[in-house]
Amino acid sequence: MGKRELTVLRGISLNIEKGELVAIMGPSGSGKTTILNLVGCLDTPTAGNYYLEGREVSRLSSGELAQVRGQKVGFVFQTFNLLPRLSALANVDLGLRYSGGGDSRRAMEALDRVGLSDRANHRPTELSGGEQQRVAIARALAKNPPLILADEPTGNLDSRAGEEIISILTSLHSEQGITLVIVTHDANIAHRCQRIIHFKDGQVVAEEKI
Amino acid sequence: MKKWLEPLASAWVGVVTHKLRSSLTILGIVIGVAAVIALMSIGRGAEASIISSIETLGSDLVFIRPGATSYGGVTGAAGSAASLTLEDAAAISEQVPYIASVAPFYATQLQIVVGAQNMRASVRGITPEYQQAYKLEMTGGAFISEHDYQRGARVAVLGSNVKETLFEGVDPLGQQVRMGSNVVRIIGVLESKGESMISPDDVIFIPLTTLQQMVAQPRTSSGERVVSVITLTVSEQEHASYVVDEITSLLRSRHQLGPGVDDDFNVTSMEEISTMLSETIGTMTLLLGAIAAISLLVGGIGVMNIMLVSVLERTREIGIRKALGARERDIWIQFLIEASFLTLAGGIIGVIVGWLVSYFVNNMGLMTTVVSADIVVLAVSVSVGIGLFFGFYPAWNASRLNPIEALRSE
Repeated sequence: MGKRELTVLRGISLNIEKGELVAIMGPSGSGKTTILNLVGCLDTPTAGNYYLEGREVSRLSSGELAQVRGQKVGFVFQTFNLLPRLSALANVDLGLRYSGGGDSRRAMEALDRVGLSDRANHRPTELSGGEQQRVAIARALAKNPPLILADEPTGNLDSRAGEEIISILTSLHSEQGITLVIVTHDANIAHRCQRIIHFKDGQVVAEEKI
Repeated sequence: MKKWLEPLASAWVGVVTHKLRSSLTILGIVIGVAAVIALMSIGRGAEASIISSIETLGSDLVFIRPGATSYGGVTGAAGSAASLTLEDAAAISEQVPYIASVAPFYATQLQIVVGAQNMRASVRGITPEYQQAYKLEMTGGAFISEHDYQRGARVAVLGSNVKETLFEGVDPLGQQVRMGSNVVRIIGVLESKGESMISPDDVIFIPLTTLQQMVAQPRTSSGERVVSVITLTVSEQEHASYVVDEITSLLRSRHQLGPGVDDDFNVTSMEEISTMLSETIGTMTLLLGAIAAISLLVGGIGVMNIMLVSVLERTREIGIRKALGARERDIWIQFLIEASFLTLAGGIIGVIVGWLVSYFVNNMGLMTTVVSADIVVLAVSVSVGIGLFFGFYPAWNASRLNPIEALRSE
């Protein structure tokens, strides 16, 4: 598309176990988000392979990738990315739609899981930042994916709301065994994970087990 | 929610959340469809009213007129030749099948005087079959009878306009009227047939036998009595063209026309005239509809424009949907449904508006209008088709967006 090709990641060999809770840290431009996009099947690598649950997904077509996203991956974004015109419940329901069909009962259960069942009919603009992020988590969680990816989930929140979000996410891991990958700048959050992977200039520079 | 309902529901949300924009978008479609409906209904109405006026005159009529005279290369007006005769009429009546009645007449102009009223009127010498052939109704008195005809009675029947001119507010029945140098008695008045090329309203009718006594009716070289026109009615409509052919060959042999010589007469059935007229109006209607359809096309381009803007504005939403697992097809269908939803709504509103317009045109007496179901169905399905056609490119654009870039957009 006329853009200069830029190598963001090079020579990475990374293995994340099922049921693991991993933090990815690193300065801006180190390739954290790019690796998250690859892991989340939003993007495919120009070279190299990626296996998700033993299946090679790096050569799939965009339609097949979409299907994998729908079935296997839940995203939690820094900016929440809720649809502003839809209620909290409808936003959660939207997450189910592309993975087998909307189901407002399941959506409601997911909202209940993040403690927002009483605000189901509020629109995102009527919710606080922390509440919006909880709706986003419910959306990721509703389809019951094996993998949830959180890209700076507390980046736009104050520390109290951020703490709430992190405890919800870690409880998802501990109670439901969901594989969780969190990209973060915050060392406190990273230290609540099982493993921290440090990125710099598109390479893994360090790994620490907690 | 049912799976197939979801795209519909999200299209509905998309349309409703931008009420002003959606309504402006569909305005073009509304105007286009309304114009198609209104113009087509006016065209269809004109067609229907012409056909119905022909039917009141009688669609089973067949006219035989004389051909043009021709002397040394100078051709006269059609009907100027003195080629049809009373004997032709009799022969047709006897030899051609499927004929209900034959009514030859001789037309002339005579000075009419009633008291101080004086007018030059069109006078037709007729046979009693004339009433049946032209389906004439009486407002008073009786029509010329077989008995009147046989004895050449000095009686006359007035067309409604003639009655108004000569006997305004007076009962004309039984009154004496000077006709040329003779006196006739009024025995009946006809109901008006309205204006048309063969309306009886401006005519005075007397028995042909009576007219023969008053004016010198021309004769052909073989001694047959010349008539102006022979009118006849066919008993079975579907045989009209057969009857026309039979009459043509009978008259050609009676008039001793060899092969290669043009007919010296002209046979036209009312059916032909009405077919020709309704074809002409049909073409006009189609032309009007086509002009209206152009505005529909312009409306469609408006829809495309808005859909492109809408896709651009909702790039982030598309990114979110894709991250949640929407395939290109899902996005494509969503926007396509949204576009056709808009144009369907526009089409339905347009039908209602067009219907109202044609209703008012009809009720104010400007024109007869007929809204026919086929036009309504056509207009609505064309407007949905426009949505699909002009929504295709924006929807395709939307479906091709890269999810990562889309998520990054503001």
